[in-house]
Amino acid sequence: MKYLILIYSNDAAWSALSDEQRASVGAGHAALTEQLADSGELIVSHGLADPSMGKRVSVHDGQTMTSDGPFAEAKEHLAGFYLIECESIERAIEYAARAPDAAFGTVEVRPVLVRNGSLDI
Amino acid sequence: MTSPAEVEDLLRELAPRVLGVLVRHYGGFGTCEDAVQETLLAASVQWPADGLPGNPMGWLVTVASRRRTELWRNESARRRREEAAAALEPPDPGPVPAVDDTLTLLLLCCHPALTPVSQVALTLRAVGGLSTAEIARAFLVPEPTIGQRISRAKQRIKASGAEFRLPPQGELAERVTAVLRVLYLIFNEGYTASSGSALNRVELTGEAIRLARQLLCLLPDDGEVAGLLALMLLTDARRPARTRPDGALVPLADQDRSRWDGAAIAEGVALITSTLATAPVGPYQLQAAIAAVHDEADTFDDTDWPQILGLYELLDAIAPGPMVTLNRIVAVAMVHGPRAGLSQLSAAEADPGLAQHHRVDAVRAHLLDIAGDRSAARACYQLAARRTLSVPEQRYLESRAAQLA
Repeated sequence: MKYLILIYSNDAAWSALSDEQRASVGAGHAALTEQLADSGELIVSHGLADPSMGKRVSVHDGQTMTSDGPFAEAKEHLAGFYLIECESIERAIEYAARAPDAAFGTVEVRPVLVRNGSLDI
Repeated sequence: MTSPAEVEDLLRELAPRVLGVLVRHYGGFGTCEDAVQETLLAASVQWPADGLPGNPMGWLVTVASRRRTELWRNESARRRREEAAAALEPPDPGPVPAVDDTLTLLLLCCHPALTPVSQVALTLRAVGGLSTAEIARAFLVPEPTIGQRISRAKQRIKASGAEFRLPPQGELAERVTAVLRVLYLIFNEGYTASSGSALNRVELTGEAIRLARQLLCLLPDDGEVAGLLALMLLTDARRPARTRPDGALVPLADQDRSRWDGAAIAEGVALITSTLATAPVGPYQLQAAIAAVHDEADTFDDTDWPQILGLYELLDAIAPGPMVTLNRIVAVAMVHGPRAGLSQLSAAEADPGLAQHHRVDAVRAHLLDIAGDRSAARACYQLAARRTLSVPEQRYLESRAAQLA
């Protein structure tokens, strides 16, 4: 099964961290990425640029429109993700708990839909 | 001229034997596996164009040995190590190796130091002879992910100190169980409902069946190996009837049984019947026996539910689990009526393995539907549709809910 681990960062909590703490967040993600790569369960992981660097895209009458950030400020924003493949959601949760952000931000595990299935009993 | 498909079949057949010869001769599973993989790719291009060599096994062993020596030299140079001259002699392939190392290879690929996803990838490549690209397509992940997964798995095996030989007799049963689990995972991954996007995908169900057949040749007296092969055959037999042309799922009750694969059913039934008569019973055998009861019913209404219920009760006793509980409850409902099933379902939900599981909602919806409670059934189908992780199941559950509106 594939799972997406979403890392949400909380601006207030992040600002309150010392430089050392921020560095340890980076090191914690590097360590988690290495553990997942070593176990063969990592598909891909990335950190995301600040939300203000994002573009919102919409199409009206065939015309692509974009709008620039910053968008209406949310308390938390998506700051990174891990796409992993492992046995069970319990295992995915174990990894999610190792994301340093679990201690001060929000970490979410979402199962990825599969294309196979059957109704045989 | 030999067709690419025939070459492919032959290469898959020979892959584990070539690898076995190399590892036995040189040691160093990781490098040997890389060399064999490259040799298989070369042969898959060269043989269909130039024709088969006189001794395909000998060709593969010779070319793979040469490649392995090159790889080994490169690595050795990096490690500034001297090369032992003896290791340069290519092993004598012979027409058939004296010892079939396929079992040793399978056990190594399913080594307990590896996670299940790594066991699966390594088994498909080293024993199944599939390329990294084929495995990546089959599992819908990028090719470098599989490449990395395999190379890390090989590093882990090396670090664990595992050697290329059969584990001691006392550990063998447990290690074989791990292999069966990996083959079952491969089978289920391929047990796909959607016919679209299947183009270019290796048939994982077929591959799992092929590997299970090989394993049964190596361990003919292992009842669970036979049970797993029978289960796969009896399940895969229903595939032609399991989906409509647009990919929509057809439940067992509505399947056109004339489209089931009679030959696979006959083989599976014969295998499970003889196995149950001779081997100690195990979970795969019981699941195969249940599949056989379904497959032998001419119509859904002819299904021998009391027998299925008895088999699930046995399975529940020797290998309990949330899915066994759920399937047993379905059988209870078919034998004793939907209300009996519903009341057991409420009790079973206390199991944390079943809490919030979409299949609980789907079963409840189905039983409420049979009991005539349309509005409650509809709500449960909707809940199940939201909770399932399978796109085709979701479509089916939504359509059932819509029919009850």
